[in-house]
Amino acid sequence: MVGPEVVDELTQLAERVGHRRLVHVNSTAVGGGVAELLTRLVPLLQELGIDTSWEIIKGDRAFFAVTKALHNALHGATEEITQKMFDVYRETIDVNLRDLGPMDDFVVIHDPQPAGLVARKAQSGGHWLWRCHLDVSTPNPRAWAFLKPYIEQYDGSIFSTAEFSQALGVPQFLIPPSIDPLSDKNRELTVDDTRTVLEKHGIDPKRPILTQVSRFDRLKDPLGVMEAYRLVRRRYDCQLVLAGGGAADDPEGAQVLAEVREAAGNNPDIHILSLPPFSDLEINALVRGSTIVMQKSLKEGFGLTVTEALWKRRPVIGSAVGGIKQQVINGVTGFLVHSPEGAANRAIELLSDESLRHTIGDNGHQHVRENFLTTRHLRDYLLLMLAMDHRESDITMLTGSR
Amino acid sequence: MPSRDDKPFVFDTEHRLVVLTGAKARSLPELRRMLEHAPKSSIFFHTHQEYLVRDFRKRVYYNDFALWVSEALREEALAEKLAAIDLLAFTTIRELQLAILESIDGYTRTTVTQRCRPEDAFHFCRSRSFVLPTGLVAHDVPEFFAKLPQISHASLYFHFFEARLRLGRRTSDFSRWLRGRERTDLADAIDALNPYVRTLGDLKRDIILIGQGAGNQS
Repeated sequence: MVGPEVVDELTQLAERVGHRRLVHVNSTAVGGGVAELLTRLVPLLQELGIDTSWEIIKGDRAFFAVTKALHNALHGATEEITQKMFDVYRETIDVNLRDLGPMDDFVVIHDPQPAGLVARKAQSGGHWLWRCHLDVSTPNPRAWAFLKPYIEQYDGSIFSTAEFSQALGVPQFLIPPSIDPLSDKNRELTVDDTRTVLEKHGIDPKRPILTQVSRFDRLKDPLGVMEAYRLVRRRYDCQLVLAGGGAADDPEGAQVLAEVREAAGNNPDIHILSLPPFSDLEINALVRGSTIVMQKSLKEGFGLTVTEALWKRRPVIGSAVGGIKQQVINGVTGFLVHSPEGAANRAIELLSDESLRHTIGDNGHQHVRENFLTTRHLRDYLLLMLAMDHRESDITMLTGSR
Repeated sequence: MPSRDDKPFVFDTEHRLVVLTGAKARSLPELRRMLEHAPKSSIFFHTHQEYLVRDFRKRVYYNDFALWVSEALREEALAEKLAAIDLLAFTTIRELQLAILESIDGYTRTTVTQRCRPEDAFHFCRSRSFVLPTGLVAHDVPEFFAKLPQISHASLYFHFFEARLRLGRRTSDFSRWLRGRERTDLADAIDALNPYVRTLGDLKRDIILIGQGAGNQS
């Protein structure tokens, strides 16, 4: 898919890194973008000769309630952050530190939940990197003040867009996430496969379908999507699909799902699909069968669901927030909006112009091919490891020829 | 007379990791202050990165500063001035940096400008580059031009843009090597190509045509 020269480049970079050990640590094995990224990246890094493993921290319901509140607060949402919450966080980190085995040459800690594990750095050595998948452009000051001292103990931090960078005493690297075009969630499907999934859920393949795929999370604004849909429905006989699953580290999901179901009422054209883990082929079919894909998030670290839709040549209407802005180039690969009304207007425009849908869909596919596939992500990780090894200058000659 | 250099040409390539500096500007005075103290790699990054992006889009401006001034501050006249800075006229990044500062100073002397929204701030980045061999080596001039079609855009970018300005070699690696081979005619012809008005694909094609036109005599 990317050509032998890209594979050669990756192999060459991996040889320069050498046979090193890398461990990723996050808080859930299933659900959400981080688990999905690691599922794809870890085996590919192993194939490149980097001895890569993946650890998951343990936490009880109280811990994940705290980290979810921190997550929301770091996204800028109004949350009450108490001293008691910080205590719960520290206690759980201490338990995990006791259980933590020897760490590796490179340690990548994903998101705030396991950030406190950096306390082990002095003892274990190696290069420790904090990988932020959140939109921390305007964090709640109390939540950020709690997290920042942890981040500043790392050797470096990684953000998905430049907008999220902060005044930090450690190097900050820009590494956008990626999708694997060969995974079940993204690979080509036949028209029959797609139709079968739509019909299984009672969705009419002959009428236009507006879809948002995401966890049931208030920051994804499912109610805003429904509001936009109702405005579109006045002009077009179309259907709405809100599809998503839960994540082990997201205790609010069930409550938000209930709110969404209540808001949908008995409307037979609104399909609320709570999908179990490992529904990748089903999600793939739902997106491929959609006329328009929406991502009306209020905050978004990156939005892999946007990447996935662009790859499938679906026109995307996304909120002008966070990582969506990197992916949706307004008027080129989709439309950026700021309100349900804006989303509805763009949906009406797209529904009335098939040629526009095709042009935008093709542009989106090309944009992902050039910027957001796994190969680019692997290369960035290899370069990051080299950057940790060679900190002396902005340009490192690994040629031996000049 | 300089003696003839018989060293082969080794085609390298460059991989870049983007580093976020954490510095952000929301107004022209802020941009100016940060620009003055920005590292050379940051100035180079924001004036050159778009030339490497193999993109299907035609950019309004290829200079990040010009693009931001246009889109976030809506100061089109300054955006045009910044975009018009002739990158080929400079052989050091410091000279380029001063030219950008001069354009901003000239504009702010007569125009009052606004702050942009926080979400539209300019974020200073720089690149962390790693140069690796491609495995392609040319031992003479015909072989050099014969190998050119095989090189990637990243390799061309390194030898043409990075070498000239960022590495301070003042000219492209290609023309430097050809001069060492006493092919000043070919070196001059390559130096006369403006890489800032061509895609990397077009630039490569035009260099190959220069080789073909000269009959590739070593």
